[in-house]
Amino acid sequence: MLRFRAGAAACCVALACLLTFGGTATAQNETKSVTMDAIKKRGQLICGVDTGIPGYAFQDSKGTWQGLDIAYCRAVADALLGSPDKVKYIGTTSKVRFSVLQSGEIDVLIRDSEHTFIRNTQLGLDEPAVNFFTGQTFMVKKSLGVAHTKDLNGATICLLTGTTLETNIADYNRSNNIKINTLLFDKSEEAFAAADAGRCDGYTDDGGSVAAARSTMKQPNDWIFLPETIGGLQPLGSFTRQGDEAWTRLVKWVHYAMLEIEVLGINKGNLEQMKQSKDPETRRFLGLEGDFGKLLGVDNEWAYRIARDIGSYGDAYEATFGNKGGLGLPRGMNNLSSNGGLQTMPTWH
Amino acid sequence: MGQWLLLAALVAVAWYFGSEAAANMSRRHAGFGFGFLAENTNFDIPFRLISWDVGDTYARALLVCILNTLLVSAMSIVAATLLGLLVGVMRLSANWLVRNIALGFIELVRNTPQLVQIIFWYVAVLQTLPGPRQSIVLPGGILLNIRGFYLPSFVANDRANILWLAALLVLLAIPLVWRIRFREFPLSVKSLWLLPVAAAVFAAGVDRLDWPALHGFNIAGGVQVVPELVALWAGLSIYAAAFIAEIVRAAIQSVHRGQREAALSLGLKPRRVLSKIILPQALRVMIPPITSQYLNIIKSSSLGAAVAYPELFQIFAGTVLQQTARETETMVILMAVFLTINLSASALMNWYNHRVALVTR
Repeated sequence: MLRFRAGAAACCVALACLLTFGGTATAQNETKSVTMDAIKKRGQLICGVDTGIPGYAFQDSKGTWQGLDIAYCRAVADALLGSPDKVKYIGTTSKVRFSVLQSGEIDVLIRDSEHTFIRNTQLGLDEPAVNFFTGQTFMVKKSLGVAHTKDLNGATICLLTGTTLETNIADYNRSNNIKINTLLFDKSEEAFAAADAGRCDGYTDDGGSVAAARSTMKQPNDWIFLPETIGGLQPLGSFTRQGDEAWTRLVKWVHYAMLEIEVLGINKGNLEQMKQSKDPETRRFLGLEGDFGKLLGVDNEWAYRIARDIGSYGDAYEATFGNKGGLGLPRGMNNLSSNGGLQTMPTWH
Repeated sequence: MGQWLLLAALVAVAWYFGSEAAANMSRRHAGFGFGFLAENTNFDIPFRLISWDVGDTYARALLVCILNTLLVSAMSIVAATLLGLLVGVMRLSANWLVRNIALGFIELVRNTPQLVQIIFWYVAVLQTLPGPRQSIVLPGGILLNIRGFYLPSFVANDRANILWLAALLVLLAIPLVWRIRFREFPLSVKSLWLLPVAAAVFAAGVDRLDWPALHGFNIAGGVQVVPELVALWAGLSIYAAAFIAEIVRAAIQSVHRGQREAALSLGLKPRRVLSKIILPQALRVMIPPITSQYLNIIKSSSLGAAVAYPELFQIFAGTVLQQTARETETMVILMAVFLTINLSASALMNWYNHRVALVTR
């Protein structure tokens, strides 16, 4: 009797397995992602951003979030949920940003954060896309008469604590046998306010943040950027938790889509016209042919929506760091590789 | 029985949270351990009492930060006690103006947030000072600018070690000499003759004075007292002083007025009535609540992170936490260190309280 029951149970389990796995076996390409399922169920993307820094992410006078990182949050939500407004922004400080991502409080971290070895390995995070290339830049008062970073020997620099900036200065001091003193602040606003008051001789951060800081100084024109950067090239970009490849892949290809929009020359004005295009690459990209969206776990219109609602990477840059955004930071390294910059991507085949 | 069940339930809950935390940590590739303290750092600590170089171990960074925390706490405790005592006595003055100045001070300070006060001292007061090239020169060669106070410092000569130690010993001997009895009378005030002796011994160990002066970007020479320390010191001690003043007032008022009247009727002068009759009795009432103010000062020193003062919280919950990614360990270290400092301070104050407590039979 007992044996019969066990046998029956085994049969049932086998049958159940057959039913469930058999059903999905036909659509092997369908993506499985815990994070994407959770976002769809919630109907909202939770995006970890900076607490407030012009250029990357800040709230304007109406309380609307603006910035390059915000454009990326909007693009990801647009691709997955069909609307760029279905995003909840969580301002994260430099201290807690990775913890809140690891603990699952946010779905993705797009917060002017540098892609590093330790963050990829020890912290267990994936680094899908670099949306801003920069280097650690110094900004000093013109009246100081300093032209190069090496001349800063003996100077005191205000900066944000809990970042790679401190380590870079320590390394630079050691390799050049000079002494640049540091003063560490918890918030970037406090740091550049102290620099503005004259407590420090200068302020340092990545190039984008320094440009942002300069725009908030009492007399922006009194401040100059030193030409050299230290600590090498800083690739800033998005972070996701490891173990959800499909989600990481989507975040990565949303970035490439914004580059591709620029490469294909699509803008909000010519978008409908482009839909009539005979060019197969354009047709595949806009979802008129092929199954690119499905392969990523979203619908095929995803890239079309990004082009319509957010625009290209170049548009987003211009509206935030460029002249339209009021920071006037030349695009430099962030140009497409075809224009002498570093922004590049795999081919869309 | 019910209490045991409650205890068991509490243990179970604690065990559950502990194992959850352990599981979460191992999922994040981070085993629990303090081995990182022996590793080398790669950051600078802007202000310190002992030598520090980039590349020293995290354990040394911990020591540097503990000393920074202890320095500002000790300075604040001394200043808060003196200021609190003064304001507390002023509060009971017969003079209307003095009494109400004290009242106004207490109400203003007690009813605004401490963090706001610290940032006020830093941003609204110290950051409005002129730059290094326009330093305010104070008497005695002291320079004052936005980078802080610059005091002349003593440069030691080769006999300084022994001489300065001797001067310190002479200073420490004063309270003992104070009590020495000569023909039935204690030496008391006469022992203060040792002060100039100590000063002379100290001066013998000084080679020359180092005067602060403008050099390159900054003032060089002398001792720099950074504005971050001054702002935090002012913020901590003034806030605590307001509370201590109220404790002092309450304690003095708790001494029965018959004591004062009796002393006056014996012909004691009012100042001696305060110092010999009222304050010693009030002291017994004051010490326990003042102890808790001291403990508050030590804990609030972590607000220094807001004004870039490199104390324990700023360096360990900021830089170290980021560079090692050991959130739990750094927080455990922080709590353990503050617990140790505060329990020691509390034990010391309890011992003192026990000593001055009224012996009753």
